[in-house]
Amino acid sequence: MRIGIVCPYTWNVPGGVQAHIRDLAEALIAVGHHVSVITPADDDAALPPYAVSAGRAIPVPYNGSVARLSFGFLSAGRVRRWIREGDFDVLHIHEPAAPSLGLLACWVADGPLVATFHASYEKSRAVSVSAPILQSALEKITGRIAVSEAARTTLVEHLGGDAVLIPNGIATARYEHGEPLPGWAGRTDAEGPDAPQALGFLGRLDEPRKGLPVLLKAFETLGRARPGLRLLVAGPGDEEEILAKVSPELRDRVVMLGLVSEEDKVRAYHSVDVFVAPNLGGESFGIVLTEAMSAGAPILASDIEAFRRVLDDGRAGALFPTGDPAALAERAALLLDDAKCRADLSEQARTAVRVYDWSTVARDVLRVYETVVVGVPGAAVTVS
Amino acid sequence: MDGLITALLWLAALFLVFTYVSWRAGRLDRLHARVDLARAALDAALVRRAAVALELAASQLLDPATSLLLAAAAHAARTADAESREFAESDLSRALRAAVDQPGLRATLDGRGAPLFEELDAAVQKVMFARRFSNDAVSATRIARRRILARLLPLAGHAPMPEFFEIDDVPPMLD
Repeated sequence: MRIGIVCPYTWNVPGGVQAHIRDLAEALIAVGHHVSVITPADDDAALPPYAVSAGRAIPVPYNGSVARLSFGFLSAGRVRRWIREGDFDVLHIHEPAAPSLGLLACWVADGPLVATFHASYEKSRAVSVSAPILQSALEKITGRIAVSEAARTTLVEHLGGDAVLIPNGIATARYEHGEPLPGWAGRTDAEGPDAPQALGFLGRLDEPRKGLPVLLKAFETLGRARPGLRLLVAGPGDEEEILAKVSPELRDRVVMLGLVSEEDKVRAYHSVDVFVAPNLGGESFGIVLTEAMSAGAPILASDIEAFRRVLDDGRAGALFPTGDPAALAERAALLLDDAKCRADLSEQARTAVRVYDWSTVARDVLRVYETVVVGVPGAAVTVS
Repeated sequence: MDGLITALLWLAALFLVFTYVSWRAGRLDRLHARVDLARAALDAALVRRAAVALELAASQLLDPATSLLLAAAAHAARTADAESREFAESDLSRALRAAVDQPGLRATLDGRGAPLFEELDAAVQKVMFARRFSNDAVSATRIARRRILARLLPLAGHAPMPEFFEIDDVPPMLD
């Protein structure tokens, strides 16, 4: 099958949607399909052979955080040309409700269109305003997929209609093994306040919804009570600004890695005793969480709906009340003092994450493609 | 002079109204085309599922009683008329669950018939997908046709109001 995939966000900036598209494309190529991905990308960014650049994306405020999006007539022209030259049997658009390439693709394409909805958010005035604008473009989509129950609810509430549920996939094997980063002991069965232990965080530093401030506040208590404890923070953002919020005496125990490579990310998961996901919401699935689970990291996460589901209601990772630093500190201390509990969580996490493996997900997505191309001739995606 | 301007304004207004109405009619037309395609895909998925069920019934993997039950349900689903189709397809879903969800069945078969079960897994999932997509198209079309303009003017031509397809399509546990 010839499959065209549209990515709305800049390829070289780490994010759940981009990672989803990369893994899906690679899983589809692995079973013999032709895949082309069009994506915003910086001029000097190295793209994989199956990806095509639609030009640079512009940072604009959208949906509560700053997103780098591609829009305007130049981008629309590039998408149009890509579709015309691609001879696709099916076009798979990601996040078509975001003001970026996905929406443009809906606008210019005709034929079997599949769309995947990633985001979930509460009903807001701003989104209600955009619904009529989106309606006529989104009406062309033949098959809609939601990556989570929350994303599906968002879709139903904001735009009407329905979607099939295919959860995010994860290349679990990629995370299974990894050496701890230099200078880190990795997971040990140490217990007690003086043990050289580590907490981990991964995500954008400047995006409030990722919840780093909650973890930093908890570390003020934890760090003082446990002189052996360090905090490993990986992710792009203003490191100085973050460190300025930490008390001076704890500052040298907060280690900022900045933007990490894929390889170092895997090693980071293997470097910490407890991986913390303090997100405040807006997360529909938590790809970071499933990566940490594949690595077998003991997890402590906020009890937002999406995390609760992925963590099997707390069996595959401990939960704490969202946005509550005191509760985070308390639960983290319990975990750090109980090596047996950490080992159990690690084991459970590795088992629970198997249903999300990409091979399963890619197979289901292919079945969606096969469903929507029934009755339409090959190379059916055209420009309108 | 005033008369000319008034006439031109009227013409412009008429043109705008005409453009809008024909855009709305075109949009309804596209929605109906999407409903037709989605419905055709659903038909194909249902027929395919019945065919796989029949093959499973004939495969001698199952005991004769289960095979008979499955074959009867598949036949009924394939031959049902428009009136009774939803019931017959729901019955086939139930028969498939009864046949495949028997405790210990897969262990007894020990890998025999794996390709057939894989095909069945695909077939039942595609029915779920196709039905969801079809009903999605139907609901978008019905909403568009209930809008005031579509009720006042014959924008949808003689196309009948599309109907939802409601069945029990819960798949058997195959994994």
